[in-house]
Amino acid sequence: MADGSGGNGRVPVMSYREALKAAMADEMERDEAVVLLGEDIGVYGGTHLITDGLLDRFGPKRVIDTPIAEGGFTGAAIGMAMMGMRPIVEMMTWNFSFLAADQIIQNAAKLRYFSGGQVTVPLVIRGPNGGGVQLSAQHTHSLEGFYGHFPGLKVVSPATPHDVKGMMLTAIRDPNPVIFLEAGALYGTKGEVPEGDYTVPFGEARIAREGTDVTLIAYGRQVNLLLRLADKLAADEDVSAEVIDLRSIRPFDERTIVASVRKTHRAVVVQEQWRWFSVASEVAALIQEQAFDDLDAPVERVSGAEVPAPYARNLELAAFPSEQQIADAVRRVLYRGV
Amino acid sequence: MATTQRADRKRKTAQDNGREPAVSGLDADALLGFYRKMVEIRFFEDAAQRGFRTGKIGGYLHVYSGQEAVATGFLAAYQEGDKIITAYRDHAHALLLGSEPKAVMAELYGKGTGLVKGKGGSMHLFDVANGLWGGYGIVGGHIPLGVGMAYALRYRGTDNIVQLSLGDGAIHNGAFHEAANLAGLWGRDGMNPTLFILENNQYGMGTSVERATAMTDLGAKFDSYGIAHEQVDGMDLEAVHACAQRVTQRVRETGKPYAVEACTYRLAAHGAADFLEKYRTKDEIRSWRERDPIGLLERKLLDSDAVDEDRLGAIKEEAKRIVAEAVTFADESPEPPLSEVESDVYAE
Repeated sequence: MADGSGGNGRVPVMSYREALKAAMADEMERDEAVVLLGEDIGVYGGTHLITDGLLDRFGPKRVIDTPIAEGGFTGAAIGMAMMGMRPIVEMMTWNFSFLAADQIIQNAAKLRYFSGGQVTVPLVIRGPNGGGVQLSAQHTHSLEGFYGHFPGLKVVSPATPHDVKGMMLTAIRDPNPVIFLEAGALYGTKGEVPEGDYTVPFGEARIAREGTDVTLIAYGRQVNLLLRLADKLAADEDVSAEVIDLRSIRPFDERTIVASVRKTHRAVVVQEQWRWFSVASEVAALIQEQAFDDLDAPVERVSGAEVPAPYARNLELAAFPSEQQIADAVRRVLYRGV
Repeated sequence: MATTQRADRKRKTAQDNGREPAVSGLDADALLGFYRKMVEIRFFEDAAQRGFRTGKIGGYLHVYSGQEAVATGFLAAYQEGDKIITAYRDHAHALLLGSEPKAVMAELYGKGTGLVKGKGGSMHLFDVANGLWGGYGIVGGHIPLGVGMAYALRYRGTDNIVQLSLGDGAIHNGAFHEAANLAGLWGRDGMNPTLFILENNQYGMGTSVERATAMTDLGAKFDSYGIAHEQVDGMDLEAVHACAQRVTQRVRETGKPYAVEACTYRLAAHGAADFLEKYRTKDEIRSWRERDPIGLLERKLLDSDAVDEDRLGAIKEEAKRIVAEAVTFADESPEPPLSEVESDVYAE
């Protein structure tokens, strides 16, 4: 159904995981050029069960179990994309993508440029990004800033079941390499997901909650944190917070952010990744460049602690942005005593 | 003393290379055609080195001089739709596949008329319409791409193949091993028509094979991945040509990868910035010059009585003219328009 209602006026509810799988499976039905590669995505069903059942549906030539060799299979997928296929690579987690970084950065991102426009790389690399489930130092990274740094890549980070489906369809159809950073901690969260074919364009932020006093900006699982906090601030402190879900890191929606700050005059940017050279730093710089005269307070950044991720639950929680930290930042930009 | 020993070893290796008798069945006309191409490549590379020394060419420059028989022999087996991918010593591949020498030289000169509009330079030659898919600057980094391309060719149901050239230096890189493993694995189902052409020129930059690995039989590295392989004298055009005809057919028919170690030698320096060549002796270079692939073919042609010195001289003059025109064209071409800075980053 074009309106996504399934014909009965009701939009189906499904999990982030199911929505993601639906997008890939639908597109595989539609386009034979789409194939999947990754570790244990086929027989095993995927370590996060994103691809469970797809091997039976599409066969081993399209659902390709690979050895544990990220550089090799990511590079091979780039080669497939150069030939006009539309491979989707699963990084079991983005932490392993450093092993493929040479392929992603030196080949996928730059091939079009150094071939003088002769080659395109319609590739999606997807997988869970960020922490929050006690995986400790080597298995916890938020790589938006890292990959967002490189021209030639597109980088997105959908936060809702609706967006993960619509943005995956956009990603597969995009003729460029797309770094698709899933909120791993949100795989089980549910939301309304229209049936059928719809896309969410890249480069458009989503106003997740309207407000007038302060603009809270995040992406991925921090969006949900901000929405909970915004409700509390409204109830307890009479603060009307606007929440912006960036969704897309590169390309970046400057317009929505600047328009919101012009309205609220205050901004707090929240991210799980480390602060230095990060998305929040870029957002803060953008706001001071484009809305300097509209600001009533310095832009606040709330980020992960500058440490490798710790294991113990209490330490891990202390290393990530907390509701308390964000609430304090909101009070500071509102000049209310903290 | 060590220097002398090293030179002795290389001389022996050079002689050992004649292990495969040439059974190409090529007639004199065909051989002359290859001779013409190899001479053109050599003159082209000589001109490129002059261009580098005089500041016309920037960045890095890696010439193919000494290895001409390898690409010339293998690319003679190119069929339309095949995909060729190589590392940064890529000028010969472009010239052999039919890229205009003018456009190749203009790319080296950083001009808008260059093969990739002045955006890649010497290391990134692409001519997709003629089958050349690059031109890559990171040692080993292109190997997984070639293996994926080969998968795609079979996925699409074609009988085309990928000719994937790599240097001996790349075989120690993880990218090679991961990609070769995938090629072997996918080839088991007939899904990987990759022909690995290991151009063993004895040195990864300045590090000899012996100083880079304890297992110097480089072809045997393919055994680990279930990929059959053989060796060929990379200085002998006829031997390479015969081998290429046979093995490309095999890869085309089976969809399985195969590897050929072509034993060759880089007569020029590694790159234009490699002035001292402290890692090898003049004696060693001299001994390999006796097996210069162009000289070998020249002697073979003259011995056959099918051609005389005049004929070869005329071919050389013609090649010189083509290269001179390429240089003039490159020199006189306009720089790329500044609009090229920001174009071709993303496809629409």
